[in-house]
Amino acid sequence: MTESDLRTAAEEIHDQFSDDLDVAVSDVEERLRTLVEEYQVPLEEARRSVTSTYLDEAGLEREDVATGGGGNDHVDVADVDAPEEWVDVTVKVVDLWEPTSESIAQVGLLGDETGTIKFTKWAKSDLPELEEGAVYDLGNVVTDEYQGRFSVKLNKTTVIEERDEDIEVGENTVEAEGALVAIQSGSGLIKRCPEEGCTRVLQNGRCSEHGEVEGEFDLRIKGVLDDGTEVTQVIFDEEATTDLTGISLETAQEMAMDALDTTVVADEMREDVLGRYYRVAGPTFGQYLLANDVEEGIAGPDPESVLIKARSI
Amino acid sequence: MSSAPRREVARRVFAREFNDASYVFKESDDEMAPNYALLPTGERANRVFAVGTLTETEDIGSDAEYWRGRVVDPTGSFFVYAGQYQPEAAATLREVETPTHVAVVGKPRSYEDDEGETYVSIRPESVVDLGEAEATYRTWILETAERTLERIQAFDAGEDGGDPAAAPNEYAAMARERYGHPVENYRRTVVEAIETLETAGAEEPAPADD
Repeated sequence: MTESDLRTAAEEIHDQFSDDLDVAVSDVEERLRTLVEEYQVPLEEARRSVTSTYLDEAGLEREDVATGGGGNDHVDVADVDAPEEWVDVTVKVVDLWEPTSESIAQVGLLGDETGTIKFTKWAKSDLPELEEGAVYDLGNVVTDEYQGRFSVKLNKTTVIEERDEDIEVGENTVEAEGALVAIQSGSGLIKRCPEEGCTRVLQNGRCSEHGEVEGEFDLRIKGVLDDGTEVTQVIFDEEATTDLTGISLETAQEMAMDALDTTVVADEMREDVLGRYYRVAGPTFGQYLLANDVEEGIAGPDPESVLIKARSI
Repeated sequence: MSSAPRREVARRVFAREFNDASYVFKESDDEMAPNYALLPTGERANRVFAVGTLTETEDIGSDAEYWRGRVVDPTGSFFVYAGQYQPEAAATLREVETPTHVAVVGKPRSYEDDEGETYVSIRPESVVDLGEAEATYRTWILETAERTLERIQAFDAGEDGGDPAAAPNEYAAMARERYGHPVENYRRTVVEAIETLETAGAEEPAPADD
């Protein structure tokens, strides 16, 4: 450990508290030096101890300040893949939702070119309002995870700076491949609610929101892709469904009319797509992947390398 | 992850290994708990996906229709049984013209006869006639080879001769206890299966069947 390590650590701690406490870097350095030189405490422990002291003085919680020192990584939202990391992002406010609790000041969706991510801003953090459609540099946000989905949380130390620019927000694209092992109910020829902005799928001619309505026909397949290790639920929209099965919306309506039954369409589709391999890519929607790009048939592993592996075990 | 029970993955297993998977168990005492067949390479299988050549079908039912299909892969045969509770699969077996390539998704079942001999079969959720589907069959063989090798590699995890850092393989321990089949047999099965392809599939793999 060198003199400059002490100095660097002191500056980093100082920077964390510069908004909340009036302390000089030399004070911080002195506290560190006492622990490290007089009491032989390792530097990281000393840093932790000194940080705790200032946290108490400022009346802050540890998660309110960035730990570990140094600048955060500036990340794309699609790259957020672990909880409890301190990062900086440049994002557009895509959507603001109604907070479900008084402890939340604002909640909604942020996005950059790589995708979108949920954010939460706590009431107690006392930060300025974010406006929908505006673009911000957010310094010092913490990542979080709930049931496999990531979010960022704004906190007392978050630095918000509005930018005078726009961002084209991208969709989170995921890929999956495997055999289509099942087609779920609600596939084939379906009817949707015609109310403006609704599009819910009707059950027995009823929309769960608008009651009995004259539905509009649509085609889709809700399928399960399975690669032998994991399953992915996939939705193929009208266009993708027609591409896969050769059945157009018009043909499907004729088939249903002839049979006096809409289920013949799904039955026919089952024969066309079940048991085949597909590679799909698209954004996720709830637990479904929306298959915007569909490729039928995958080559599978390379036979040469499988053989080499089999012989080497 | 979600509140609904997760859909069980369809394991990839060659017929030779599948027919050795005679031990069936549950993970809990719950009557509704899913059944698993224990694969000898150390994995549990609640569902399997197989592609092969349907060579024979026969209605072996006495009162009601009960169809048996024989689906051949490079290592052996899967037996598929479909009756009134699997109407779509039964209809396919009734109407299909053999030989043809089929894709089968279904649940492993095990049956012990009066002599104590155990037979493992598939109760299908679906049997689909793929017609002539060399590319799909080829993909399935390669994928099944790869998955089987992965299971063999994980078999000794946490044991002597395996990855000492890995957690012990619960189902491998179960397989050691239940079966006398060394996993080496299944490694050889993989090699044989791939070797059938090398001659058959020297040309470019077709991207799709139709």
